[in-house]
Amino acid sequence: MIALLLRDLKLAFRAGGGFGLGLAFFLIVTVMVPFSVGPQSELLARIAPGVLWLGALLACLLSLDRLLALDWEDGSLDLLATAPLPLESTVSIKALAHWITTGLPLVMAAPVLGVLLNLPVQGFQWLVVSLLLGTPALSVIGTFGAALTVGLKRGGLLMSLLVMPLYVPTLIFGSEVARRGAEGMAVQTPLLLLAGISAASIALLPFASAAVLRVNLR
Amino acid sequence: MSIWEYANPKKFLATTEKVMPALWVSSAVLISVGLVWGFFFTPDDYRQGSTVKIIFLHVPSALMAINAWFMMLVTSLVWVIRRHHVSALAARAAAPVGVVMTVIALVTGAIWGQPMWGTWWAWDPRLTSFLVLFLFYLGYIALWEAIDNPDTAADLTSILCLVGSVFAVLSRYAVNFWNQGLHQGASLSLDEKENVADAFSNPLYVCMAGFVLLFIALVFYRTGTEIRARRIKALMARERLEA
Repeated sequence: MIALLLRDLKLAFRAGGGFGLGLAFFLIVTVMVPFSVGPQSELLARIAPGVLWLGALLACLLSLDRLLALDWEDGSLDLLATAPLPLESTVSIKALAHWITTGLPLVMAAPVLGVLLNLPVQGFQWLVVSLLLGTPALSVIGTFGAALTVGLKRGGLLMSLLVMPLYVPTLIFGSEVARRGAEGMAVQTPLLLLAGISAASIALLPFASAAVLRVNLR
Repeated sequence: MSIWEYANPKKFLATTEKVMPALWVSSAVLISVGLVWGFFFTPDDYRQGSTVKIIFLHVPSALMAINAWFMMLVTSLVWVIRRHHVSALAARAAAPVGVVMTVIALVTGAIWGQPMWGTWWAWDPRLTSFLVLFLFYLGYIALWEAIDNPDTAADLTSILCLVGSVFAVLSRYAVNFWNQGLHQGASLSLDEKENVADAFSNPLYVCMAGFVLLFIALVFYRTGTEIRARRIKALMARERLEA
């Protein structure tokens, strides 16, 4: 399992792995927002938590098609499926690698971008906490979407259509935590619900992803 | 006599063909009776005026929009567990009907909301969850269309339906989080004292029964079409093999 994780991480970090693209996308989306809604700092401060969450979600979504597609193309997915490691663990590791290479950098970059959007000071810690709790769910749900569309030639758009509705609850609770934090309100309830969604997704969705992948590898 | 007999496509087609005319006629009669009764023989509401009559389209279509997804969930489970092809095809056949019902519910709701709430659309929990349901239907149909192999498509879409149901329910309760919103709560429950007045509820029940029968008729019809399309495909494949 650790070997697989290291392999995925190395592939992502080295040339052509596309590491950092998600981060750059996150940056550019956030920078585009003031161009579209205007530079008033009160308005930006009000929408900053939602914008940062949406940007992180889109950056996650865009990096999903590399998650399984490359392994599918060169056949290593078939090898992984026939390996003694259960396919459920394989997809969990894949999701973990995706989170380390995409979700974690997003979490670390979010406060910097928060400065650009004039996020209130008390909002920073809750923004980071909510992203830290929410992005694992985004990775795991995204792995399910990637597994569904892995055999298709032009699966990218379809995958967005399938994954976006599944992201709705995570997005609602995540940005609710960030918004309440920024406005100085109590965050406990949405925070617990967000953590619950993440935990349940991590525990259950790999089974669905593995089942789907088995169908696709048939 | 068990329900699994109808997993045989031949038996399914023979039986549905027998009941189809009755289904079409009774749903047409019930819907027209319900709508005419509702539109012309109920009093105007003392606050809402005659706009209240849009209820006779709005409530039945919303009812079927949810129950169509529920039916797809059940047939998907049957496909995953017992692998009856008719079941998978019925799920496929129900999805476009469900999407149309969702759109009817959303559009009639907007038309009703404009004079009553002063807005076409509000990010109210019920409205939002219907929009999310609509997105789920779109993804489900798109996945069916994207995959060539029918068995693979049936497997993938049924798992998507199972996972999607969980997330649809989650979204339903997640949007509750914002606020109560504009839409009223359920007003047709059996266990509540305060319901819609009888003058409205009787034609409404007729309309709902008509929509249920219409949905069943449409699903039977579309499932029959899918079975025949599958058969034609098999026949053509055999022809090519022999040629």
